[in-house]
Amino acid sequence: MPDTTSLNHPAQRAFNPYTENGGTILAIAGADFSVIAGDTRQSEGYSIQTRYAPKVFQLTDRAVLAVNGFAADGNMFVKKVKQRLEWYRHAHSKDMPLRAIARLIQTMLYARRFFPYYVYNILGGIEEDGTGAVYSFDPVGSYEREACRAAGAAQSLVQPFLDNQIYFKNQRPAPNTSHPAHLPLQTVLSIVIDSFTGATERHIEVGDGLEMYVVLAKGRGLHGLEGVRGVQELTATDDGQRVFVVRRELKKD
Amino acid sequence: MDHFPTNWGRPRNDAVDVYGTYPIHSRPNNQPKDAFADGVQRTQQPIVTGTSVLAIKYKDGIMMAADNLASYGSLARFKDVQRLHPVGQYTVIGAGGDMSDFQYIQRILEELSIDEMSAQDGHELGPVEIHEYMSQVMYARRSKINPLWNSLIIGGFKDGKRFLSYVDLLGTTYSASTLATGYGSYIALPLLRKAVEGYEDVLTEEQARKILQESMRVLFYRDARSLNKYQIATITAAGVWVSDSLRLETSWNFAEDIRGYGAQTQ
Repeated sequence: MPDTTSLNHPAQRAFNPYTENGGTILAIAGADFSVIAGDTRQSEGYSIQTRYAPKVFQLTDRAVLAVNGFAADGNMFVKKVKQRLEWYRHAHSKDMPLRAIARLIQTMLYARRFFPYYVYNILGGIEEDGTGAVYSFDPVGSYEREACRAAGAAQSLVQPFLDNQIYFKNQRPAPNTSHPAHLPLQTVLSIVIDSFTGATERHIEVGDGLEMYVVLAKGRGLHGLEGVRGVQELTATDDGQRVFVVRRELKKD
Repeated sequence: MDHFPTNWGRPRNDAVDVYGTYPIHSRPNNQPKDAFADGVQRTQQPIVTGTSVLAIKYKDGIMMAADNLASYGSLARFKDVQRLHPVGQYTVIGAGGDMSDFQYIQRILEELSIDEMSAQDGHELGPVEIHEYMSQVMYARRSKINPLWNSLIIGGFKDGKRFLSYVDLLGTTYSASTLATGYGSYIALPLLRKAVEGYEDVLTEEQARKILQESMRVLFYRDARSLNKYQIATITAAGVWVSDSLRLETSWNFAEDIRGYGAQTQ
């Protein structure tokens, strides 16, 4: 008997409103700082679209957002978050606190529960109590505060490395010592650079350039940032927190 | 918010009219209603299509190229179609993909230009604004699952600055010193990158033209949906210029030496 359902409905390729644009992001929180990083390659399939398309955005002087997944959704989402933060500034004459931005992002993502922004967000910065913080989200808004998180194409390569190097998983401390609760900035920057050079080596969608944003708590010195090649300060207000960006090249093959 | 209480649904208890909606008036029909709604089809696939658009930065500005073919599937249907379209005094928009959607885009940009001109506020649309506008239109249409089936390259020169950027049917955007759509992104882009990257500020107009011409020739040899008739556009401090149709010289002498395939020589 012929399949009548297929006769009634001619086979049609439905338009797919999503794509994947590759790349990887990651963030690590320290005691009084936070590092948020992402590569700058944008790709679709096996084609590199551009070698410089930023995925990490400064929202305020204490909040930086990294966005990875479908680039068009990502750019639109960042645009809308920035707009909401501007409205908050006009209403309250101050920048929105980090944990409030985190909740805002969850609400904005969940509002699109049935046509989601296909993006993984990682929010990093300084909490109101002066501690470094990282919040990670899934595309529909589930979120939690963590010490470190990798997302994107090379998440499966980078996250185990961070588990080992930041959380000291599968490492035993030397006799009569313990693992440090927080790592110094210099160490964290090295781990971030190693993560991305490693991911570039083993993942085709990662490479070209690296942007690392560093957010420092109020009153904290530069310890760990001085002498770093090519640091650029981006601080916009005199609230006390300071934001820097460090740019590095990654392999382009 | 729907301000018609009768649209809110029935009160839980019919005996108590908590919303004070008595007497019940007929529900206002305030949604847009289209008698042909069932018959409306959205673009599910492109029909009459254009192939690659190429664009590069060079010393004086931006140079773009596209052939004059609009295909109907594998049929070379229209052979005199202009796919490089000037918008205002500073911008050229080049399109691959569905040509009827591209003509619609030309129309909305024309309407936009007229609105902006009528404002007489001393502001003019530059390539940055036109790219932002088009990316919002393309993203909005994909979000309604009713896309404009195109890949657009927007090139321009305004206030001493070159601009080159891409947007497609998904609303994906990016910029680079060399861009290509469609088959061009597989075949021509590697050639363009090799010839242009690092030389954006030294390439002369003549060199840029030669690079694009050579890439168009390779595309004509390899892309079955391309044509040996193409146009070049330049956008410089002097303004926008789109060439007349140019013809690619090709030679097929090698063909007579081909005997069979691969290792077969007889």
